[in-house]
Amino acid sequence: MNEVLLIYATALLLAWPLGRYLAETFSPTSGMVDRIFTPVEGVIYRILGVQPESPMNWKQYGKAILKLHVIIALVALIILMQQGRLPLNPDDIGGMSWDLALHTVASFITNTNQQHYSGQAQLSYFGHMFAIVSMQVITPAAGLAALVAILRTAFLLRKEPELTADGSISVGNFYADLVRSITRLMLPLAFITALLLAWQGVPNTFEGAQTANTLDSTVELTEQRIPVGPVAPMVAIKQIGTNGGGWYGPNSSVPLENPTPVSNYIQTVSIVLIPMALVFMAGYLTGQRRLAISIFGVMLTMSVVLAGINIWSENQPNAAFGGLTADGPNLEGKEVRFGATATALWGSFTTQTSNGSVNGMHDSFNPLGGGTELMDMFINATFGGVGVGLVNFLLFLLLAVFLGSLMVGRSPELLGRALEAKEIKLVSIALLIQPLLILGLTALTVAIPGLAANSNPGFHGLSQVLYEYTSAFANNGSGFEGLGDDTVWWNVSCAVALILGRFIPILAPLAAAAHLAGKRVAPTTSGTLNIATPTFALLTLGVIVMFALLSFFPVLVLGPVAEYLTLAG
Amino acid sequence: MKHERKQLKLLDAGTLTRLAGESVRRLDPRLLIRNPVMFVVGVGTLVTLWLAGADMLAGRPWGFDLAITLILLFTVLFANAAEALAEARGRAQAESLRSTRKGLIARRITENGEEEVSADALRIGDRVRVMAGELIPADGEIIEGAASINESAVTGESAPVLREAGTDNSGVVAGTKLLSDSVVIEVGVEPGNSLLDRMIALVESASRQKTPNEIALTVLLSALTIIFLIVVVTLLPFAGFVGVETTVPVLVALLVCLIPTTIGGLLPAIGIAGMDRAMRANVIAKSGKAVEVAGNIDTLLLDKTGTITQGDRHATDFIAIGNVKADALRDAALLASLADPTPEGKSIVSLARDRGASVTADDAARSVGFSAKTRLSGIDLPEGCRIRKGAPDAIRRFVTDNDGHYPDEVTSQVDRVARGGATPLVVAENDRVLGVVPLADIIKPDIKARFKQLHAMGVRTVMITGDNPLTAAAIAAEAGVDDYIAEATPEDKLEYIRREQAEGKLVAMMGDGTNDAPALAQADLGLAMNSGTQAAKEASNMVDLDSDPTKLLKVVEIGKQLLVTRGALTTFSLANDVAKYFAILPAIFVAGIPAMQTLNIMQLNTPASAVLAAVIFNALVIPALIPFALRGVRLRPSSADNLLQRNLLIYGLGGLLLPFPAIKLIDMGLGLFI
Repeated sequence: MNEVLLIYATALLLAWPLGRYLAETFSPTSGMVDRIFTPVEGVIYRILGVQPESPMNWKQYGKAILKLHVIIALVALIILMQQGRLPLNPDDIGGMSWDLALHTVASFITNTNQQHYSGQAQLSYFGHMFAIVSMQVITPAAGLAALVAILRTAFLLRKEPELTADGSISVGNFYADLVRSITRLMLPLAFITALLLAWQGVPNTFEGAQTANTLDSTVELTEQRIPVGPVAPMVAIKQIGTNGGGWYGPNSSVPLENPTPVSNYIQTVSIVLIPMALVFMAGYLTGQRRLAISIFGVMLTMSVVLAGINIWSENQPNAAFGGLTADGPNLEGKEVRFGATATALWGSFTTQTSNGSVNGMHDSFNPLGGGTELMDMFINATFGGVGVGLVNFLLFLLLAVFLGSLMVGRSPELLGRALEAKEIKLVSIALLIQPLLILGLTALTVAIPGLAANSNPGFHGLSQVLYEYTSAFANNGSGFEGLGDDTVWWNVSCAVALILGRFIPILAPLAAAAHLAGKRVAPTTSGTLNIATPTFALLTLGVIVMFALLSFFPVLVLGPVAEYLTLAG
Repeated sequence: MKHERKQLKLLDAGTLTRLAGESVRRLDPRLLIRNPVMFVVGVGTLVTLWLAGADMLAGRPWGFDLAITLILLFTVLFANAAEALAEARGRAQAESLRSTRKGLIARRITENGEEEVSADALRIGDRVRVMAGELIPADGEIIEGAASINESAVTGESAPVLREAGTDNSGVVAGTKLLSDSVVIEVGVEPGNSLLDRMIALVESASRQKTPNEIALTVLLSALTIIFLIVVVTLLPFAGFVGVETTVPVLVALLVCLIPTTIGGLLPAIGIAGMDRAMRANVIAKSGKAVEVAGNIDTLLLDKTGTITQGDRHATDFIAIGNVKADALRDAALLASLADPTPEGKSIVSLARDRGASVTADDAARSVGFSAKTRLSGIDLPEGCRIRKGAPDAIRRFVTDNDGHYPDEVTSQVDRVARGGATPLVVAENDRVLGVVPLADIIKPDIKARFKQLHAMGVRTVMITGDNPLTAAAIAAEAGVDDYIAEATPEDKLEYIRREQAEGKLVAMMGDGTNDAPALAQADLGLAMNSGTQAAKEASNMVDLDSDPTKLLKVVEIGKQLLVTRGALTTFSLANDVAKYFAILPAIFVAGIPAMQTLNIMQLNTPASAVLAAVIFNALVIPALIPFALRGVRLRPSSADNLLQRNLLIYGLGGLLLPFPAIKLIDMGLGLFI
């Protein structure tokens, strides 16, 4: 229990100042740090050939996001399919199949890092560093940029909206937001984290796989190849950027990727650090500090409740041991060195933040524990992925504002700006696409024989398929492994869920924010809805929980709940 | 005296029959598709009907399918009935207003004299002559003459009102009766486009335009419907994968329970009822949007006279100056007011009598009436004593013209009276000022509490008055308004509205005169008095038939109530779904997964009865809430925070909990039959 409190407390204490620093980073005048970073950024802008000061409207901003991702995706696709012919490949790993490369690229440009391959065996060092790690740095920065654009457009109340050259509403400059996110946040923080992890013993080398002699020479195997590489920096960026994709297939359960209790503590904190900090940043950046605190409260409540159930569930014995005298926590698929509590907490954090790294096997969690992780990903706004988690939250906030305003007798307005059919349409699209893709693809996969290729029948089999698409749509990346998921169907269908699950929930709110910014701002009176109160926080919480439950209650009942009830009965 | 207007009885057999017929007629898919939520229920009904028929032909049990079909059909019918009922009430209201103007004959003035035509043939700009005892054939404006008119057919108020050409009270409404004189009226509207015609269009669903908020809510409800469609359709393969058999009628039942049928079914009725409530308050809105906007008003511009204070001022004291005896002032004021027909004059007489004055005017005395030039009134007594009363500056002129002295003490008393919120009236005799009579505004007894409520609801009230700033400030403070515009000109009002709007506020004002028209047009909500000029009525988006200045307050309440009702029922509708899941899901799965019995927390009898109970609850909740939709939720004036807390508790938590016992009760009832 103490470790849980310690991790929450550390994350909170670090997130506050980090959020403050980030708010400064994205403010026009940012003082001292400018002197360090501005020259470096100037070089990058010149290389990219962009004007960081020129304002963009939401369409230009959105196009810039898409353009960047398409270019990176094409380059990465070529690298992954051709890595056999490229340098930095001491272990002679061959190119990927087209569909696996497509899925991998889709997965990494969406900050998901869902892996249908095993890193150490199917990726060269070149592929890791240039295709994977660069996307792990850029994609969270792009998510953060989108968040900053939405916040400054819809939540920062200016006297007059800022306009672009052609007179449309400006949402900021994507390249400036992106580059600042990378130079001032991702790289420095990843550097510090990598140093800490290397100190704890995570490998950091360009040498090829190491050979070891086994101690027990009575088995036929006398020699073991242990893959190593520049693991520490990748693990650092995978954690802080809510990426999740590790060097090794089993991710942070491997002793080389996560060697000690201290490294486990560092990594657990680093999963939630930036997502938490962004809520504070939102408060400082927009001046809506009470609102930010209220949002933080709702997120923390969801986090603690769902993590609490998960931890409780994993501390129950595995049903397979029912009737045995020795009961204890469910340690199947868990590292004994971490134990049930630390693994469950990690499992909750990684699904709440759309990180997806694991230090245990989610597939082996007790049914209700696995169910809370699905719930985390359905909500996908409990701190959430870098940038996009808070954006998702803001979508629910808009819905709550709509209902709340009506209930106080006013036409809906967010901070004084009217929420009308256009904004509600955009919010609806972003919300609708979630059940459409998750439930639709899961239904297709289980309905057509041979597609699922899962290791379990029945309730758990349904959960496995559901988890995979949920993870893809939520841009999480973790899995209920046990699926033979390197097939054309899985690769392509997941790629669809990944890409739509990433860009629609970014672009629709961005458009809504720009529409809102052009509207008259009604003054705040005692008759207008105050969105920084505990009552409104409760309404938002209700909207989020109701939305997730109403969409997914039936499938949760047939998956984890049925499994739990059947095993319990 | 108000005479009762015919009201539509809800539970009269004839009305119910008509309502039933109307509900069935609205099953027409072309009408149904206007409401996406109910359209889905309609399609579901056809699907289950088809399956029931197929089962019947194949000799399988079909009772359950048919039961579901019937309940779904009633769900749609109930929603149709809600809309039809709201429409019928609104239309009855409008028809009773319009009935007075059927078959009217007009005497149109042409170049060759006058001709009699049907009122329907009148066009904008036509001039008609109306004589005493005739009905006015069309909405318009008096351009010649003045007359007293009985408007009881429209307002229910039988006391005659005065309408006069060239004043701010020149507007007339078709169907009202000219009691005296003869006037020439210029027709202001095309046939079929009168205020009432437009109002009727607002309550008829066929021609009704959805308001902006209604459209946004419909988008949200449609999205939710699509989501539940996905949830239910995908449940079929999911259940199949885990080896549970499901039947389509049960899934259709689940779908209908989940989609927001309660709010979807009642939404049109809520909108129409909002119009209807406005009409019951004798306010005719030109668009549904106007009523919706009323809920968002931030600033109310209210005329002092008639809204905040009673129309008349009353004398409250006699303040003698210098060594003048109080009794002398009292008697002089009384004499000067004897012939004064205004309420102010009468109040001076009665105050003086109350204080023991017994003087009467000599027969030879000559009373001097008020004239715009002198701005004085009074009396000339036979012995050469001339007594005058009037505004301070007019008296100053009078006294100095008579070579008298206007003491500083008068000025200071005048200021003191003005600061106290009263209008100072100065009384003089020849060259001597006798004293000051304060004429106090009587603030309406209930208005202060009203402003307090509005203040709590976040609405700023601004008093418009012709009074000087001192008086205005005092009255404003006493009445509790937030701001005032003293010595207000129409330009001042316009300027004030623009300034408020520049701060993002929505402003409402009431006006009657032609010179109010620009301000009425500029205001986000302009409410014209029916007695007002055609220009004022054209420029505003609502017209108050009663010409009652307090009506703005009522309109704001109606707007807020409309929005709260929508929000409350949406929340209620969505919160209901939790219980329905707990009723239906175990029922679907328990046959294949016995452990699901644990989720049957309501302990419903059988799967079939559980599903039926949920669908019946879902259907019954619509008629149960019809009165609520028509009447609107009760709006307690309080801050937004309190309102949200209250409504969240009642409709959110209530909506979550209520269905559990209700479904259980229906299930127990069903247990008696199956």
